[in-house]
Amino acid sequence: LPTAAWARAGEGRLILPFDNGERALVRYPQKRPLIRLTARPPQLETPMAVFNEGPVTPNDAFFVRYHLADLPLDIDARQFKLTVGGHVDRVLSLSLPELKRDFPVQEIVAVNQCSGNGRGFFEPRVGGGQLGNGAMGNARWRGVPLRALLDRAGVRTGARQVTFNGLDNPQADGIPDFIKALDIDHARDGEVMVAWAMNGADLPFLNGYPLRLVVPGHYGTYWVKHLNEITVVDAAYDGYWMKTAYRIPDNDCACVTPGGKPDKTRSITRLNVRSFLTSHAPGAQVAAGRPVALSGIAFDGGAGIARVDISADGGQSWQEAALGEDLGRYSFRAWHLSRSLPPGRHRIQIRATSRSGEVQPVEPRWQPAGYMRNVIETVEIVAA
Amino acid sequence: MKALLPIALFAATGAAAAGYRLPDEQPVALPPGPDAELTAGACSACHSIDYVTSQPRSKGAQFWNDSVAKMVKVYGAPIEPEDAARIAAYLAATYGAAPADAGKR
Ligand code: HEC
Repeated sequence: LPTAAWARAGEGRLILPFDNGERALVRYPQKRPLIRLTARPPQLETPMAVFNEGPVTPNDAFFVRYHLADLPLDIDARQFKLTVGGHVDRVLSLSLPELKRDFPVQEIVAVNQCSGNGRGFFEPRVGGGQLGNGAMGNARWRGVPLRALLDRAGVRTGARQVTFNGLDNPQADGIPDFIKALDIDHARDGEVMVAWAMNGADLPFLNGYPLRLVVPGHYGTYWVKHLNEITVVDAAYDGYWMKTAYRIPDNDCACVTPGGKPDKTRSITRLNVRSFLTSHAPGAQVAAGRPVALSGIAFDGGAGIARVDISADGGQSWQEAALGEDLGRYSFRAWHLSRSLPPGRHRIQIRATSRSGEVQPVEPRWQPAGYMRNVIETVEIVAA
Repeated sequence: MKALLPIALFAATGAAAAGYRLPDEQPVALPPGPDAELTAGACSACHSIDYVTSQPRSKGAQFWNDSVAKMVKVYGAPIEPEDAARIAAYLAATYGAAPADAGKR
């Protein structure tokens, strides 16, 4: 195992590799020590080394992102009800046992990634949560397809969107409640689901117990936690967290000149293609002239990963890595490559290509909100 | 208020009710300055002060004016304009001028 840490700053502290990146490692109930960005509400990032444990992220290491600070700390599973209402024929009010018993059950392995994952690396820097690359995770989600719930409720003609609200609430009157919306066709695609389990266990509280929305291939902002209210609406929902927040430049690259402003925006949707080296931390030392087992993960918004290429010379030459088990097109895909390195410093670069031909860019794309980072990552390791 | 029991107990008994206990929030002192206390009070009312302290350095006055204005306009922070100006000035002074601003001097 590589000896270098992902930059340590003494016991219980860690330094993310950007300015003002010192963070505490904190243990929450049901969680192993995670990188704390904020305490109230909790925002916790997964240390990069966790992603080397395998393509499925353990529940106790899965990242946490809340916007609102009034958390439903006392959820009673026996009293809990999920309602499906609005523009429907019959309003449903379902207990957890009913939800688990009366509908088809489905499983999907899918990546949940925060829109702002990697925001701390933006240059010029932008305001918002200063995350390293650990606001992502991959899990096997178990639950009910949203379509089955909507069909049971009977969506009326004229339905345009479906909104999702959870039990977490604003901590002050002026703060808009966190409500997200999906177009009706997306909501009924059979893949969007209401999940009660990840990796074979109840959702951890901080990941949305007892129910959360799973929107495969889409950024975490849509994966509403503590989900208890599903509402079909006959107009485009225009709440703050849809209309004003989570907007990206409305152009092909979802980017603008660094420091610039977009003239038109749209809601963020699908993940772009990304990949990481997880076997070696920046600055790791390896033996020169002997095979080094490089490995990592790659993922995209649902086309699936076609190939991962590795460069050890700053992008001049590339070598194709072997891909690991295919857990589905929304999952992390492991990659491996064994190669020997001459003595010296090596800039290892990892470049993923999706099955739809999307390739990670060489230069970072920039946008004011700091979303969707997916530049080819570079990790310098030392062979001696 | 209901007593909160450790999660482990529920996991062990399989009971249906869950009480979750967040770790206590550690107080974080802002760097000394004329309006440090005013800022700490106003900016930790709705969220922990690490929302502020983790922001990038050297973003200058505009960044902090905009941040404070957003809290007031978008989230309804009850901060009088005069205090908002003092808070933004304190944060800009504490966390550094933007390279562009510095060049202008
Ligand atoms: C009335 C409530 C309230 C007050 C008071 C408040 N904030 Fe906020 N602040 C929020 C909310 C809500 C968010 C968004 C939280 C999230 O999305 O995680 C936020 C987020 C932030 C962020 C992260 C960037 C962003 O825009 O999401 C910064 C920086 C920030 N606040 C600074 C401040 C400062 C400085 C003050 C004091 C002048 C302050 N806040 C006071 C409600 C408030």
